[in-house]
Amino acid sequence: MTSSRIPGGGRLIDRSKPVSFRFDRVEYEGYEGDTLASALLANGVVGGFRSPILGRPRGIYSGGADEPNAFVEISAPWFDPIVAATTVDLVEGLVAESRAGIGRLPPSEGHVRSRPVEHRHVHVETLVVGAGHGGRYPAERSALRGERVIVVEQGRDLIGPSGSGGFPDGVTYLTRATALGLYDDGYVTVLERSSELDRMWHIRAKQVVLATGTRERLIAFADNDRPGIMLSLAASTYRAHGVRVGSRVVVFGVEPYVAGLNTLRREARVEIAAVVDVGRGERPLDPLDGVDVLHGWTVSGTDGTPELSAVHVRGPDGERETIECDALLVSGGRTPNLDLWRAIGGTVQFDRELGCFLPDEGPGWLSVVDGATGESVTRAEMYPFVPAEDYSRHFVDLQRDQTVADVAAALEGGLRSVEHVKRATYIGTALDQGRTSGVVAAEVVNALLGDPAGAQGPSNARPPYTPVSYDALAGPYRGDLLDPIRVTPIHAAHVERGAVFENVGQWKRPWYFPRGGESTDDTVARECLAVRNAVGAMDASTLGKIEVVGPDAPAFLDRMYTNRMSNLKPGSIRYGLMCGLDGMVFDDGVAMRLAEDRYLVTTTTGGAARVLDHFEEWLQTEWPGLRVFCTSVTEQWAVVALNGPRARDVLAAAGTHVDLAKEAFPHMTFRDGTVAGLPARLARVSFSGELAFEVHVSSSHGRHVWDALMAAGEAFDIAPYGTEAMHVLRAEKGYVIVGQDTDGTVTPFDLGMDWIVNPSKGDFIGRRSFSRPDTARPDRKQLVGLLPEDPEVLLPEGVQLVLQDTGRIPMPMAGHVTSSYRSPALGRTLALAMLKGGHAMHGRTVFAPLPEGTITAAVTPPVFYDAEGVRRDG
Amino acid sequence: MLLVPCPWCGLRDEVEFRYGGQAHVNYPTDPEALSDEEWADFLFMRDNPRGDFRERWLHAAGCRRWFNAVRNTATYEFAATYPPIAEPPARGSS
Repeated sequence: MTSSRIPGGGRLIDRSKPVSFRFDRVEYEGYEGDTLASALLANGVVGGFRSPILGRPRGIYSGGADEPNAFVEISAPWFDPIVAATTVDLVEGLVAESRAGIGRLPPSEGHVRSRPVEHRHVHVETLVVGAGHGGRYPAERSALRGERVIVVEQGRDLIGPSGSGGFPDGVTYLTRATALGLYDDGYVTVLERSSELDRMWHIRAKQVVLATGTRERLIAFADNDRPGIMLSLAASTYRAHGVRVGSRVVVFGVEPYVAGLNTLRREARVEIAAVVDVGRGERPLDPLDGVDVLHGWTVSGTDGTPELSAVHVRGPDGERETIECDALLVSGGRTPNLDLWRAIGGTVQFDRELGCFLPDEGPGWLSVVDGATGESVTRAEMYPFVPAEDYSRHFVDLQRDQTVADVAAALEGGLRSVEHVKRATYIGTALDQGRTSGVVAAEVVNALLGDPAGAQGPSNARPPYTPVSYDALAGPYRGDLLDPIRVTPIHAAHVERGAVFENVGQWKRPWYFPRGGESTDDTVARECLAVRNAVGAMDASTLGKIEVVGPDAPAFLDRMYTNRMSNLKPGSIRYGLMCGLDGMVFDDGVAMRLAEDRYLVTTTTGGAARVLDHFEEWLQTEWPGLRVFCTSVTEQWAVVALNGPRARDVLAAAGTHVDLAKEAFPHMTFRDGTVAGLPARLARVSFSGELAFEVHVSSSHGRHVWDALMAAGEAFDIAPYGTEAMHVLRAEKGYVIVGQDTDGTVTPFDLGMDWIVNPSKGDFIGRRSFSRPDTARPDRKQLVGLLPEDPEVLLPEGVQLVLQDTGRIPMPMAGHVTSSYRSPALGRTLALAMLKGGHAMHGRTVFAPLPEGTITAAVTPPVFYDAEGVRRDG
Repeated sequence: MLLVPCPWCGLRDEVEFRYGGQAHVNYPTDPEALSDEEWADFLFMRDNPRGDFRERWLHAAGCRRWFNAVRNTATYEFAATYPPIAEPPARGSS
C-alpha cells in the first residue's frame, strides 16, 4: 500500500502544525486539520481493521460518516468506545485502537473521561442542514429578513464546498455538527462537537431545509472488501487533506468521475492505471490523456495479501485482464441523501431516468434542495453487483459481513420485502446504518426477484442519523440532576441522626435510624417495639395534602370517595378510599373537615399529584357547575406523627394549649392550637393501632417542632422511626398500603373493606362497576393474612401461592404475597397476601414453592395484633 | 415532538401535556340504569379512527386546564381546539 502525503497542497490541513497520535500502539504524526483516517492514510496505513463477524481484513472505505470498516476505540484525550476513524478530528495525544465494529464498555465510569456535554434549547425561523451551495440561499434570505437561522454542517470545512465566504449576521453556523433526527413540527436534535465539548442542540424551527446532498453507492463484486478498495469520492476528500489514497489507481463504476480524476492526477500525482466503466460509452467522458477507459467492462475480482495488489477485469465479450494497482476507487452511482427526510415520514419515488429515489411528499415545514433533490445525479443505471457464479464474497453490507449470497438465501427462505430481508440478514443495522449498502441491498433484492429497479426502495430510515453516545443524550442530566430530589423540612435532622433513606417517588424518606453498629433488622425491631411500648416519632410530611374548598366541596367529595364525607362534622376526620371508574382502589387517605366548605384530604406519598389530577379532571370535564377549588398544600405543612402509649405525655411535655384528654379529644378528630409555642393542628389519626397524634405545623416550623418533640420525648424513651417500622406496624394491624397490597385490580370488597362502601349515599366514582359480573366474582383474589408454619421463615414478597404443592411445575396459582415482615410484637414472621376466594379460607394451609424449598403457611384474617382496637386511646 | 395548541397558552411542546383519550365520552347521568354491557361499553370501548379524531388534552405542566381538540391521527395536524364541555365545532374552525 502506498497511500501517502502529497508534498504540497491540501486546503483542510495546516502543515505548520504537526500533531502526534497513536494508533494500535504505534506513534504517528499528522497535521492539524486531519481526521484520524486521513492521517493514517498519510502514514501509509489503509488497513489494520477487521470485519466483525468473518474477521476479514478491512481498510478505510470512505471519507466520512458513511464508513463501514474503520472503527476505533478512543482512550485519550477522552473516551469513546467506538467511532469511525473518518469522523475523528486529529488532536495532539490522540490514542486510538482498531475495533471490529463492536465497542467495549469501560469497567466503570470512574476509569474514563468522557467529553463534557451541554444541552441547548433554541427556536429559529430557519434551520438548514448542510452548508453546501443549495443551503446557502435559503439561509441568507431568511437572515436578511432579520430571522434567526442555524446552518448545520457535518464537516469542519469553514469555507464550504462552494468556496464562498462566510454567512451574513444572524446565521449561527455550526460545523462538525450532525442533525441526528427530525421530529414532528420542526423539532430537530443536533450534536455539535467542538474541541472543548459536545453540545446537544434541541432546535424548534419554523422551516427546515435539507441540503444533505448525495452519497455514493458501493458495487458488490468478488472480494470487494479488500483494504485499498474505497468509494471514489473518498479520494477527493483525502486529496483535500493533502493525501493520496494510492500511487497506481483503478477506477470502477457506473459514473467514473473523470473530471475529478484529472485533478486527482494533477494534484495528488496519482497514476490512473485504468477506468473500468460499466456503461458502454453512451456518454462521452472528459478526455483523460493516456488512460485506458474500458467501456462495458467490470471488475470480477481482486488480489492482495491482504492489501490490494491487482484487480481482475472482464470485458463485454468475456475477455479477461489483470491490472496491477494499489487502490481501487468504486462508484455505484449517487443516491440523494434522504435519510432525515424519510425518517420523519417523507415519501420517496423512484426516478427511472436518474436511477435513484427522489423526495416526493413530506411535512409542510420541510423542504429539500440541491443535490438531495437528485439535481446532480446524471446516470440512468442501478448497478448493485457484478454478475458471477459465486456470490459468497460479494459484500453488500461490509460492517455486517453480508453478501449477495446471504440476500439470496433470505429470498430462498421465502422472504420478499426488503424490511424482512433486513431483519433476516441485519443489513443496514450496523453502526453505519447501511449508508453505503441500503439502496444496494434493495436493488439486489429487486434484481434477484426479477423485479425492475426501484420496485422496492431501501428499508425505513430512523433517527439517530449517526451513532450518538448516551453521554451526549444524557448531557448534564445525570446523578443528582437526573430527577428532582424532594426532602422534607425536617430532612437535615434525619441526616444528623444518621438515618438511612429510601426513595419514595422523588422523596427521600428516612427508612430506619440505626444506632451505632445496629443491623437493619435489629433497628426496625427496636423502632417497632418503641412504638408498641413507649413512643415513636415519624416524619410524615411527605403525605399528599390537598385543600378542597367551596360550597359544593361536600357533594364533590361524596362523589370521589366510596364513603360519605358530606356528613363529617367540622373538627372530625374520616378515612376514605378512592376508586377508579372500574371500581378498583386508586388511593386512600383521610379527610379532615376544617369548616363547612373546607376539607383537607391526605393522599399516599406517591399519589398526591395523581389524586389532584383526578379531582381537577372531574371538576373541569364533567362537573364544571360544582363550585370547588382544589389546592395542593403538601409542601406547606410539615407533619410529625407521634405513635405509642406515651404519645400524649410527649405532647404535654412539649407544651400545648389543646386539651389532650381522651374524652375531650377523641380518636379521628383534630384540634387547632399550639405545640412548643407555635401554631399547630393536632390530629388523632393512627396508622399503627397505638395512641397517635399527628402534629401539623407550617413547613418553616417543622424542624423546630420536631426538635422540641424529640427533646420532650427523651424522658419517655422516644425513638424516631422510619418507613420500614411504619410498614411493619401497619401490617400487624392489617392496614393495606395502596400500591403495595393493591395493584389496580383490587376492589374495596377484595380488601374486606365492605364497610367503607356506602351505596346509600347516591352515585360515586366506581360504584356501578361493583356490580359488574367480573367484579362480583366470588373467586377473586382477596386480602388475607398468612402465618408461616415456621415462625422464623420470611415469605418473599411477590411469591406465588398454591393450594397443593404437587412438586411439578406448573401448578395452578392461587394468589401471591404482597407484604411480609418479621413482627417484633408477635415475635414471629407474618405476611399479607391476595388469595383467590381468600375470605372463605381462614384456617386453611397454602404453599409457596421456591427453588430452595416450599414454605407452608396458615391463612388467617389480616389483622394480627390488637384485633379489638383497645390500644388506640392509650 | 408535537406542538400542541393550548387554547389559553398557545403553541407549547407536547411534553407539557397529558393525553386524555377520546372526547365526548360523557359520564352517564344514571350509571345504575345501564346494563352491564352498556356500562362496559362506556368504561372500556373507544373509537380508533384514521383521520380526524375528537380527543381530550390537559396542559398539565402549564395552565393545568383541560381542552378538547380535533386532531388528524394520520398527519397529527390539529384542526381545532375547544372547551371541554362544548359541542365539537365543524372541522377547521377554532
